[in-house]
Amino acid sequence: MNGEAVQTKPVGNAIGAAIVDPAKQSILLAALYIAQEQQGYLTREAVERVAKRLGLRPGEVYSTASFYTLFRTEPVGRYVIQVCDGLSCYLCDGAGRIAGYVGKKLNLAPGETSEDGRFTLEMVQCLASCGTAPAMRVNDQLYENLTPAGIDAILERLMGEV
Amino acid sequence: MLTRDVVTAWTPILLSRVGEPNSEKIGAYLRTGGYEGLRKALTMTPDEIIAEVKASGLRGRGGAGFPTGTKWGFIPKDAPVKYLAVNTDEGEPGTFKDRLIVERDPHSILEGVIIAAYAIGAHRAFVYIRGEFFLGVKRWIKAISDAYGHGFLGKNILGSGFDLDVSVHRGAGAYICGEETAMIESLEGGRGEPRQKPPYPAQKGLWQQPTLVQNVETLANIPHIIRCGADWYSTIGTPQSKGPKIFCVSGHVNRPGNYELPLGVTLREIIEEHAGGVRMGRKVKAVIPGGASTPILTADQLDVPMAFETLQAAGSALGTGAVIVMDETTDMVEVVRRTAGFFVHESCGGCTPCRIGGKRLLETLNAVADGRGTNKDLLKLEELTAGITGITFCPMGTGMCEPVSSGLARFRSEFEARVA
Ligand SMILES: Cc1cc2nc3c(=O)[nH]c(=O)nc-3n(C[C@H](O)[C@H](O)[C@H](O)COP(=O)(O)O)c2cc1C
Ligand code: SF4
Ligand code: FES
Repeated sequence: MNGEAVQTKPVGNAIGAAIVDPAKQSILLAALYIAQEQQGYLTREAVERVAKRLGLRPGEVYSTASFYTLFRTEPVGRYVIQVCDGLSCYLCDGAGRIAGYVGKKLNLAPGETSEDGRFTLEMVQCLASCGTAPAMRVNDQLYENLTPAGIDAILERLMGEV
Repeated sequence: MLTRDVVTAWTPILLSRVGEPNSEKIGAYLRTGGYEGLRKALTMTPDEIIAEVKASGLRGRGGAGFPTGTKWGFIPKDAPVKYLAVNTDEGEPGTFKDRLIVERDPHSILEGVIIAAYAIGAHRAFVYIRGEFFLGVKRWIKAISDAYGHGFLGKNILGSGFDLDVSVHRGAGAYICGEETAMIESLEGGRGEPRQKPPYPAQKGLWQQPTLVQNVETLANIPHIIRCGADWYSTIGTPQSKGPKIFCVSGHVNRPGNYELPLGVTLREIIEEHAGGVRMGRKVKAVIPGGASTPILTADQLDVPMAFETLQAAGSALGTGAVIVMDETTDMVEVVRRTAGFFVHESCGGCTPCRIGGKRLLETLNAVADGRGTNKDLLKLEELTAGITGITFCPMGTGMCEPVSSGLARFRSEFEARVA
């Protein structure tokens, strides 16, 4: 386990430390994040493994996972590009224009993944970067004060990396 | 424009460190008075601390503004197990202050956490953080590890005999999990659907044990209150709104950003002086003063002092202190559609007025905004908001209606111009 969402006390095995909490379920979200890491989404096998490990029924695990948008049960692109659709970004000419620009460059509509599996484009809600709007995120990296030129640079770098 | 001499003189307290290099590190924190509040707190009795926080007049910064010391007093003293839950879920559109504190000054929150836990007798605290805050997660974990290393966490903190363990838990992309009982459900590993209140978390929270839920900015005030005293703290602010507040200013202003100012500063001063006025020399048309769920104000309400009681009197609310400024070119129907659309999208679906009513609300708003609506649709919007407000299971359903009813009431002509 990678230390996220579990006991941060720098001793012992992280799962072991987290289980001191009164319910096994309390580490379910953390376990789902880890299960999702390898394939980028929650496979059936991964859900079953989590259920078994925590002594829960697969249905219980699915019920929780399906509530949260960050848990995915479908494959996504290697780079998930999330453009903020919130009010402040809209006011700063973000949402529509920025998303349109990214979409055109990648030839994707929001919700779509490129055929080569490299990029997924999504519209998301306020990223808590409204003071530096417009904003978007690519995987775990946040980009602020976006302009078309800035987007060009970001996308070029990502394309070079793939 | 205001003249310079009416601009509030203010040296930031909560944001005193965030601009400095390495401000997130424990070394920098300790060099600037960090953990002195904790040292002092550990020489006081829990009752003395609660009395001090009550006397300070501090009210919650997470949106509801409940008096903090009073809430601490609700935690039963004789309960064998108690918990503290730190709300780092910040998702109210327009709000970006908690992320700043967590990323740039996490120890200021953690020191508040330890003092609060000591005051209520909790030995276990849970940090719940929005899943998208990747850097914030890292900063929380590092701060907690370093605090263990310095003896501020773990067994027998600073030789006081008080023990506290803290862990970090990531949410996974659900706005409703910022609501305290939904957060508790999520921390327990479930779907983040709100629970019935009462019982309040202070009676039955995490695993049915008394639980104190507190916002990040609220907790960051605590070390200052303990270190400098309630007498000092309560000189800041207005009669019913004490202390400094971080205002998140966004939208059509020249200098958007987080501004810490004493409560009671006027909306006009925040916009015109601190945020540099409206861009391109335009005029203000509308302002959302406290995050997306607070009613929209008009340009002739800019002299309202930003405090709980004064904003309520002006027909809005302080909320999270997220000031969203819209200039004269703004399409208010679109603003209302987007804002309500957010809440409809984030409804947990657990109760009918919010789930079904929200859907109807958005369909109707879409029709009006797209020019397919009629006068009847405006009546329908009024009926729907009247029907949903106040009867939903949690406050979100009401929050969903605020932008719609205030938008309709205060910018009626724009809606009328859109319908046949
Ligand atoms: C729909 C909804 C969302 C909320 N989101 C947050 C949030 O993201 N962060 C937060 O601190 N409080 C949020 N709250 C308020 C919490 O329920 C709770 O009042 C707060 O965390 C208590 O802390 P405080 O007294 O320090 O403000 C939300 C409330 C509702 C109804
Ligand atoms: S008001 Fe909305 S968010 Fe709150 S419980 Fe009902 S459906 Fe869920
Ligand atoms: S509205 Fe885009 S970050 Fe808040």
